[in-house]
Amino acid sequence: MEHITLKPRFHASGWRMWIKMRSAAWKYWALGAASLLAGGSAWAAPHVGGIDFQSPATETAKRVHAFHNEVLIIITFITVFVTALLIWVMIRYNRRANPVPKKFAHNTLVEILWTVVPVLILVWIAKGSFPLLYEQDVMPEQAREEEIVDIKVYGNMWFWDYTYNVGTDNEFNVESRMLKVGAPDPSLELQPERGDLAQLSVNNPMVAPAGRYIRLKISAKDVIHAWAMPQFMLKVDAMPGRLNQLWFKVDEPGVYYGQCSELCGKDHSNMPIELRILPQAQYDEWQAQYRASPQAARTYLDRVQPTKAAQVASAQ
Amino acid sequence: MSSDPKTTAAGHGHDHGHGHGHGHDNAHDHHAHDHQDPKWYSPARWLFSTNHKDIGTLYLVFAMIAGVVGFIFSGFMRAELAEPGLQLFNGTAFGGFLGNEHNYNVITTMHGLIMIFFMVMPALIGGFGNWFVPLMIGAPDMAMPRMNNISFWLLPASFILLLSSMFVPGPAGANGFGGGWVLYPPLSGSTGHPGVAMDLVIFSLHVAGVSSIAGAINFIVTILNMRAPGMTLHKMPLFAWSVLITAFLLVLALPVLAGALTMLLTDRNFGSKFFEVSGGGDPVMFQHLFWFFGHPEVYIMILPGFGIISHVISTFSRKPIFGYLAMAYAMVAIGFIGFIVWAHHMYTVGMNVNLKAYFVAATMVIAVPTGIKIFSWIATMWGGSIEFKVPMLWAIGFIFLFTVGGVTGVVLANAGVDHALHDTYYVVAHFHYVLSLGAVFTLFCGWYYWFEKMWGIKYNGFIGGLHFWLMFIGSNLIFFPQHFLGLQGMPRRYVNYPDAFSEWHHWSTIGYWVAAAATIVFFIGLLEAIVRRRKGEANPWGEGATTLEWTLSSPPPFHQYNDLPRFK
Repeated sequence: MEHITLKPRFHASGWRMWIKMRSAAWKYWALGAASLLAGGSAWAAPHVGGIDFQSPATETAKRVHAFHNEVLIIITFITVFVTALLIWVMIRYNRRANPVPKKFAHNTLVEILWTVVPVLILVWIAKGSFPLLYEQDVMPEQAREEEIVDIKVYGNMWFWDYTYNVGTDNEFNVESRMLKVGAPDPSLELQPERGDLAQLSVNNPMVAPAGRYIRLKISAKDVIHAWAMPQFMLKVDAMPGRLNQLWFKVDEPGVYYGQCSELCGKDHSNMPIELRILPQAQYDEWQAQYRASPQAARTYLDRVQPTKAAQVASAQ
Repeated sequence: MSSDPKTTAAGHGHDHGHGHGHGHDNAHDHHAHDHQDPKWYSPARWLFSTNHKDIGTLYLVFAMIAGVVGFIFSGFMRAELAEPGLQLFNGTAFGGFLGNEHNYNVITTMHGLIMIFFMVMPALIGGFGNWFVPLMIGAPDMAMPRMNNISFWLLPASFILLLSSMFVPGPAGANGFGGGWVLYPPLSGSTGHPGVAMDLVIFSLHVAGVSSIAGAINFIVTILNMRAPGMTLHKMPLFAWSVLITAFLLVLALPVLAGALTMLLTDRNFGSKFFEVSGGGDPVMFQHLFWFFGHPEVYIMILPGFGIISHVISTFSRKPIFGYLAMAYAMVAIGFIGFIVWAHHMYTVGMNVNLKAYFVAATMVIAVPTGIKIFSWIATMWGGSIEFKVPMLWAIGFIFLFTVGGVTGVVLANAGVDHALHDTYYVVAHFHYVLSLGAVFTLFCGWYYWFEKMWGIKYNGFIGGLHFWLMFIGSNLIFFPQHFLGLQGMPRRYVNYPDAFSEWHHWSTIGYWVAAAATIVFFIGLLEAIVRRRKGEANPWGEGATTLEWTLSSPPPFHQYNDLPRFK
């Protein structure tokens, strides 16, 4: 998806804003349609005018997405049903259509119905909901048989840091900060031509191998933050003094974006998460490169997984 | 004339142990007294008032002022979010007056606290509760009129404390508290906001809490002891029921908030470590305490509105409320369940999965009594003879909007889905549908329903209708697209966002301007009514309006029911 820059400007006149907004919006819609054709039916990263979840990237996320869609159908039906009833009584029982009101105030049958039917609907929803909750929270048995990849995640005001190979001789730490236009530090400059997205891209992305069980140990060093990954349908608070856990397994390499999701002060909006899923061999090589120098690791990353291509990949 | 409030306001109506057998028109009772009502411009009338109607008026005026402040604050937010990038909070706009990203957080925090504690609660409970609970249950006044006075006057003090917090140091090098209305430590502790701003917020909420608890005790005592002879609890109007249940929720929930705030205060100032990790404390404990208050709080905001809607639907359908007892006990059930679901606000703190499962189940249960209320309102209209006066428009609009807000609550109840939606704009859309479009619609509903009764003049129906339609369109335009933003992953409390979210933020901001126009129309309607002074009737709504307040003149006499009405 193309990066679009809107000039940050406050419009005092609502009308001028309307015109500008509409012209901008058409540009977005056209772009959106174009990317849709180019990138398939799904999206990585949020997209302009999107009305649904970002495309789920893990098996669990796909199931959560499907479950949400079922619930969405139910709640849409309920809302339409209530609206239809409202419209019906407004037409049939307005003063002109029905000048003399009836006086009833009870009907045992409908009262039982509108108690029991919602209960049944809720039981049905719960039946789908609980297994998903346990699937998300509890690592599958299978993971224990394989080697789990542990990555430690710390929230800071206002950046993330990731520690790899915790407790081994190979332990190293990656500090991940948001890129922006006109950053004082040149290494933090946003490069739209590379495919960087404003407010989402970082200097040193988090990296994890594809096809492996990844376990994040999440905490924070100052105030509460939250590590969130919309395409995995996951989010957990980074809480000082606590070690929270999160697991996921992504089969396809790609780039995934998330944003800090617990208010953490002034730059809360400026500490995104950029996660690169790489094939195991490239992941190992990236580690070696990073231990040599973070710059080299970034160059390596841009070579084996150019951002734009990775965005398309993770949209499949 | 006597302007001494002790004699004018508190001196009557205590002799209600006996019941005279006249249940109707008390409108002229006060002419029997040898004094006139105090003049409206007498400061003593308002400062020292012990009259429930005057205090109700004070609450309503206060809520209007606070509401305008809170609404302007949300205007800053929507203007900022109209486009990606920093428009207002960039350190240079308006000469840097609005400050930077931190000040945006301050504005969102203040918007939340003001709208909850200084707009919705004072208007629905303090305003309409004070005005109409005594009138509806046939009581001459509240049980404790002087406590009623202090309940109100603590509130402006509390409001001033809150507003002044914006101008004193918060985090290092900046003013004000920007940690969100939930006040989570360590951001609200000495780590995030070492300055005195947070202490002022704590004091403010303590004072507001005392005010609300005192008010709630007053309502409980009044409703349990001062109903007119013959009015059993099971014959009591639903608005009085709703305020009774709300008052119990307040008395049970607010002390827990006060406890958490006090612990925070001692953590910040006296070296205690309740929530300080370094000393063995736990920030999650604050969240449990906060939401044990915070979840009942959302029912505190909506239950009185439920009561108002029941009366309005019944009045304009000319039909008794369908399933009266089920309606009353549905509110009791909602109030009770409201206390055992709090941790659904905390699915992402790292809770045990079994605990999450419990809160999923408990939360979904609330949909049942809520559904009973929605369907019973529609059943009340069914077979009725509906007249679409302005209050009825707000009531029908409310049913639709509350349904939308309610069903998204069912989605959020599922922890599995909430892991994706927690702290996104989906949540913002959900709670604004039930509060900004729910509670606030009931508030305007009550305003137009009782306008003539309270002020003795008629509002202009066209302006009222225009107000409704602008507000209905505007608020839907603000909040419906926010569902899309949330599903796409847009986090809450963000001053700046990726370009991809721009489309729906644009629409949302346009919606704000429509809602702003609606608010201006509201005040034009009020001014028009004041200037024209069309004389109000005792009962403008006809046979459908059956509660006791319609047996009195409009406005009601300064003291009513000196001879108690006898309820059939």
